[in-house]
Amino acid sequence: MSIIEKQKKEVTIRFAGDSGDGIQLTGSQFTSTTALSGNDLSTFPDYPAEIRAPAGTVAGVSGFQIHFGSKAIHTPGDMCDVLVVMNAAALKANLKFLKPGGIIIANTDGFGKKDLSLARFAPTDTPIKDAKRSGYIVIEIDVTKMTRESLKDTGLPLKDVDRSKNMFVLGVLYWLYSRPLDPTIQFLTRKFAKKPEIAEANIKALNDGFTYAIATELFSERYSVDAAPIEPGTYRNITGNDAIVLGIAAVAKRSEIPVFLGSYPITPASEILQGLSGLKNFGVTTFQAEDEIAAIASAIGASFGGSLGITTSSGPGIALKGEAIGLATMLELPLVIVNVQRAGPSTGLPTKTEQSDLLQAFYGRAGEAPVAILSASSPADCFEVTYEACRIAVEHMIPVMLLTDGYIANGAEPWRLPKIGDLKPIDPRYEKDRENGQDATPFLPYKRDENLVRPWAIPGTKGLAHRIGGLEKEHETGNISYDPDNHQKMTEMREKKRDIIANFIPDQEMDEGSETGKLLVLGWGSTYGSIKSAVFEAREEGLDVSSLHLRYLNPFPKNLEKLLNGFDKILVPEINRGQLSKILRDRYLLPVEGFNRVRGVPLTVSELKEKIVQMYNS
Amino acid sequence: MSTQKTVNGSPTNGNLQAKDFASDQEVRWCPGCGDYTILKQVQNLMPKLGLDPENIVFVAGIGCSSRFPYYMKTYGMHGIHGRAPAIATGLKVARPDLSVWVVTGDGDALSIGGNHVIHMLRRNLDINVLLFNNEIYGLTKGQYSPTSPRGQVTKTSPAGSVDSPFNPLALAIGANASYVARAMDRDPKHLQIMLERSAQHKGTSFLEIYQNCIVFNDGAFSPYTDKTQRDNTSLYLENGQPLLFGADDAFGVRLDGCRPEIVDLRSGKWSKDDLWIHDEQDRNKAWLLTALFDDNSSEGKLPRPFGVFLAEDRPTYEELVKQQIAAAIERKGEGDLESLLTGEETWTVKG
Ligand code: SF4
Repeated sequence: MSIIEKQKKEVTIRFAGDSGDGIQLTGSQFTSTTALSGNDLSTFPDYPAEIRAPAGTVAGVSGFQIHFGSKAIHTPGDMCDVLVVMNAAALKANLKFLKPGGIIIANTDGFGKKDLSLARFAPTDTPIKDAKRSGYIVIEIDVTKMTRESLKDTGLPLKDVDRSKNMFVLGVLYWLYSRPLDPTIQFLTRKFAKKPEIAEANIKALNDGFTYAIATELFSERYSVDAAPIEPGTYRNITGNDAIVLGIAAVAKRSEIPVFLGSYPITPASEILQGLSGLKNFGVTTFQAEDEIAAIASAIGASFGGSLGITTSSGPGIALKGEAIGLATMLELPLVIVNVQRAGPSTGLPTKTEQSDLLQAFYGRAGEAPVAILSASSPADCFEVTYEACRIAVEHMIPVMLLTDGYIANGAEPWRLPKIGDLKPIDPRYEKDRENGQDATPFLPYKRDENLVRPWAIPGTKGLAHRIGGLEKEHETGNISYDPDNHQKMTEMREKKRDIIANFIPDQEMDEGSETGKLLVLGWGSTYGSIKSAVFEAREEGLDVSSLHLRYLNPFPKNLEKLLNGFDKILVPEINRGQLSKILRDRYLLPVEGFNRVRGVPLTVSELKEKIVQMYNS
Repeated sequence: MSTQKTVNGSPTNGNLQAKDFASDQEVRWCPGCGDYTILKQVQNLMPKLGLDPENIVFVAGIGCSSRFPYYMKTYGMHGIHGRAPAIATGLKVARPDLSVWVVTGDGDALSIGGNHVIHMLRRNLDINVLLFNNEIYGLTKGQYSPTSPRGQVTKTSPAGSVDSPFNPLALAIGANASYVARAMDRDPKHLQIMLERSAQHKGTSFLEIYQNCIVFNDGAFSPYTDKTQRDNTSLYLENGQPLLFGADDAFGVRLDGCRPEIVDLRSGKWSKDDLWIHDEQDRNKAWLLTALFDDNSSEGKLPRPFGVFLAEDRPTYEELVKQQIAAAIERKGEGDLESLLTGEETWTVKG
């Protein structure tokens, strides 16, 4: 039988297996090799919600999806072309993600009696046969047997041999997608440098998987995916949380402002605290606080002392920080609050994604407490947005809320490395020493500059000793004031100070399409990829749809109103019940329509495109 | 006083006086409030620190006592309820060079901010904590606090509080504090000594100050301040000295195993040699001392100790943080941003 070689424009593969099957490693290796082959790509890990779900059960299934192609890729893909399952539970949990007629690569050893029962199949069920009957192409491999066969001469204990199963499968996939083995071989050699016998075993399993695919003629087709037209540069793969870590490190290095992170572990934000804890030689001090409130309070204390205070959390933690954010608003100190949103309310779905803390960011505090709000649209975007959030906090002496979510926090995509010289240094408003001479003018801690920004007078600076606090301040002196007119003035001033930031951010640009037209699709945050892809597809079909994606949510870019007024209809897709829609309607009195889903997962391109087409034609 | 709290090695404050540490803000406590004495004693202490005012920071939460920073001509922050220890922690870690003071009350420190207090104590940052204990909520006008005795009638406990009160020093030692001490507003001389000792201690010094709230809880500490009673109810601790109290040191406290008991030195049965000798470095004995917490409103009870219960030398949190940073720089060199951003694996797309 001869094998047909086929070119593909884009492919989505989903790896799934038990938590112990090395699924994430397999996925990330496939990703690296794919990136090195020049494809554009996007990935998303699907961790089990429970840390120690029993092996072999549906709750214990770990997944990893990669979408790659010879064209621009913006999402990890709605549905996959290939589903790799290491056991029955993995098939049960993931079959719904496979396109009709798609390929299943199944480890038959994971479909024994016990596996079926653990996955809650009836003993008489035949899931593999059923899948075939439903029109899927099922490639059956007894991976355990083949790996043991492959490594029988290594002398390694069976436990170690079985841990190489994932490499055998990876070898099969590398053949199927005409990928080189070298990058993974190099990786394994590096990773197991101290245990060369383990490295060798893994490499052998990888090689044998590859040859097994040829020798047994498992597949009737073999695919190749050409390199994508990608902007020249040096790239790495990065998750959103890692990009925030790097963004903060970059601020510390470029600005010469010491950075202090006060944080309390919470899913899905913990990786930021973890990452920065390892960067002690970068001018970042990390403090794992006793709770969410102490985390932000310590950051405020550090900001008072002249550091840039940062705190990272997720929605429930942000709720606890609310009072302290109000304090920071009164103190007018720099502070960055990162909210890696998750599906709520309360504990909700902690490992799933949502954009439902936007109104919390806008209004979730006592009193009139204006803060600046920015959002990141993709994993790689987190770097630049973090840097920008820190810049605004420092240069405008204001708390800045940075919104990301679980989807971009854990998802990964290629990131073109920035030139360090292009990162604008950040200019702190440190006030200088003053001699305590008789005729020296008294220091006024709340005297503002033309942008309503007050000076950053840090302890240790001569002649500037002053007291600040949460009580209302008198204009300029900063003394306690209960005067009604003063409160009115200061409340307006704090808001205006935030609004003036609009003069220091770029104009909003269109993402797709022209600046006027019939339909504008407007988004913020992690819906970027889905919106971009859906609008792109709609435009390919001849629909004159435009889209723009907001990074700056408060204040909005100055030209936003004009752009919005250029369209007959505005569609705002969000993973919430319509929070940005509400804000836009309120702000611009426009009939904005929402597309809202809260299922803990990203919006799919297909559902979004359907909505766009329907709205365009109605 | 020879101070350990100097900036860049040497005291720089020349000949500053207490008044140089008083701000121009009008003090707004009720006339006769115990807070006035404490403020005065703290201002008296300041010149002895050998620091310029700009190197001192007072941080407070919410409550009557927490207005304190506004009255000090130093840097200061009036924060939010209960969070002063956390704010001070961030400040001290970021700026170990500063002399950092936390002023708090029984509600602020032990109720809403209890969590932060215990964690600050175990971490042992070099922060001086002044806990003004008046056994009542004053600013909110008279509700029972976590140190109000059981049965206390207040606006929110008209039939008497059913809460069992905290023993603040036992709590502090339980949280692994390195320094705990007690003083009272009505004994300013002793208070001054305690403030000095607190300032000298390297680590979190936890000083509980009995403070009379003349409006909502007047006389809460009268057993220890009333001239006719105080000799028999208060015991002043001296390091290396036996535990003595009563007029002419007529009584002492001895340890029967782990059980403290009062002995009458006039009986001829006991001498000073039989008494409990105070040792500030002995954590176990400090534990037992904090248990001298009898209700002294009736006679014949174990006296309430005042003074330094425990002063233990151990590394401060900020020192350890600094050491780790220094070690990281030593090991890996100053962080190189370029290589950090590059990471382990990159690929290049050619134009
Ligand atoms: S209410 Fe009590 S504690 Fe508060 S200022 Fe008045 S007397 Fe002092």
